[in-house]
Amino acid sequence: MELVCPAGSLPALKAAVDNGADAVYLGFKDSTNARQFAGLNFNDKRAAEGVEYAQSKGARVFCAINTYPQPDGWETWKGAVDRAAALGVDAIILADMGLLEYAANKHPQVHRHLSVQGSATSYEALRFYKDNFDIRRAVLPRVLSIDQVRGVAKHSPVELEVFAFGSLCIMAEGRCYLSSYLTDESPNTRGACSPAKAVRWQETPSGLESRLNNVLIDRYGKGESAGYPTLCKGRFEVEGSVYHAIEEPVSLNTLDLLPELKELGISAVKIEGRQRSPAYIADVARTWRHALDRLETGAGTFRVDPVWSSTLAGLSEGGLTTIGAYHRKWK
Amino acid sequence: MMKLSLGPILWFWSKQTVFDFYANAAQWPVDTVYLGETVCSRRRELKLADWLEIAGVLRDAGKQVVLSTQTLIESEADLRALRRICSQQEYLVEANDQSALQLATQNNLPFVTGPSMNIYNSATLKLLAKQGLKGWNLPVELGRETLGQLIGELKAEGLDLPAEVFAWGFLPLAWSSRCFTARHYNLPKDNCEFRCIQHPDGMGLRSRESRELFRLNGTSTLSGSRYDLMREMPDMKKMGVSTVRLSPEHQGMNEVVRRFDQVRRGEVPVTDPLQLVEAPPCNGYWYGKPGMDLVASQA
Repeated sequence: MELVCPAGSLPALKAAVDNGADAVYLGFKDSTNARQFAGLNFNDKRAAEGVEYAQSKGARVFCAINTYPQPDGWETWKGAVDRAAALGVDAIILADMGLLEYAANKHPQVHRHLSVQGSATSYEALRFYKDNFDIRRAVLPRVLSIDQVRGVAKHSPVELEVFAFGSLCIMAEGRCYLSSYLTDESPNTRGACSPAKAVRWQETPSGLESRLNNVLIDRYGKGESAGYPTLCKGRFEVEGSVYHAIEEPVSLNTLDLLPELKELGISAVKIEGRQRSPAYIADVARTWRHALDRLETGAGTFRVDPVWSSTLAGLSEGGLTTIGAYHRKWK
Repeated sequence: MMKLSLGPILWFWSKQTVFDFYANAAQWPVDTVYLGETVCSRRRELKLADWLEIAGVLRDAGKQVVLSTQTLIESEADLRALRRICSQQEYLVEANDQSALQLATQNNLPFVTGPSMNIYNSATLKLLAKQGLKGWNLPVELGRETLGQLIGELKAEGLDLPAEVFAWGFLPLAWSSRCFTARHYNLPKDNCEFRCIQHPDGMGLRSRESRELFRLNGTSTLSGSRYDLMREMPDMKKMGVSTVRLSPEHQGMNEVVRRFDQVRRGEVPVTDPLQLVEAPPCNGYWYGKPGMDLVASQA
């Protein structure tokens, strides 16, 4: 199984490659990709350096152009596809059907991967993307249970990549408009969820408050650790009780599932987190490299090393990890 | 004249409630009715045969009937249900994900797309038109400006693809494999006791400052404010919008339909407000603002 790591900057890309990534994924410095953050991502010069560095060390480079262009942005998004092709990336990660068609016609030689933002949760949906745009691989949304992944994998016409570690999207990706409902930006339109420009922190007599476009997302008591106010991970009131009504601030970690994912024929595991630091990327990549190498020596005898778990827990939101929807009971 | 449509019922209602609702709807001045369960495969009060029975009644009453498909397809059982819908030939299908697109095109079945289908540009519309697309819904997070550009680009290409706009109701904003209603009751999803049926308008989710944010509805999350574009109808008509969609609620729907019908006929001043179930109004998306915002009508 291929280890696919995030690269939000050139130092992060190098950290990923140096610590065992088989492939890295990156995006341009604009809203054409789903991790639009100030100070993050690549201009053409940096991207060229990154491609050169990764490929010289035997790692592949995928370019994410996985937001949805509206008429105003169409030329910019098309231009991004052309730039990625010119850079010699190994694949372009796309979600928009119009853009997939453009890439397939204009640059047929560059592999197309379906982004998680393409919301393909069944093999019939994968067939649609395969038949129409000849995609090589698809990234599955984080909403399927392991049995459901098994069902998709059995009939999938393309390679599958699944999320292994990092932030947990609880909604079917590509069809979540919660962020644009509270702010004016969503992953689909601007490559941003709960955008930083709308975040405000405030110390108050009742505790530290996090707000998104002035909406109270959470309030932390003394001793509670505060997290980024991703709106689905806030504490809200439903019928008189206040709790994490949608999801707790936890991270996805599928180390335990590796033997099963391998047996299902999953081609690649993906680490989320282009917004993370090079040091974080290095730790995560190294840990997953160890785990995948151990897996290669024999899935039957694979055991999760407690050191891996504690390393990853230390890097997780609130120090907590879950296997999320892969485990049916989570739902 | 612009058409009025009734979107699929997004909530979980009893079989009798659903039959009664559509028996009334057959008498309302709506042109198109979307039928079927689009949220959760565990909601099985009505079988496909029941939906088809309702479809027949509505068709006899002169309505165009469209069968809507489930938005998040997760299992083989979901695909089986989808195949049954996509193998009938009597009614148009509303495809709400790419699985439905695949099955409809494979069966040469004409289709329309619902608001959860990611259509953000005319390149996407053009390629779907080649496959049998007969009409489309604007994604709820897009507004007037983008819609105007899309309609203009289609016109320039000589493509006639009627556009529909979700114009009234709680906006469907997200779908998950997790059930938030079951979570609220500390029940596992597989043994949820069908608690959704006790919440025919969903459950309000508020900030700790009592601001209405969302409505939890099983595995789906809707807006906490009610989207209302009634005042924009004359403008939409000028833009070339074909249909406005009203999303069913279990009370007062006849009143909503009546008012929208009057407005499209120009019989009531567009500033006449609707007073129905208590919920704040919003229209931000239409003006390119946060969806929850209420912007003074610029029409």
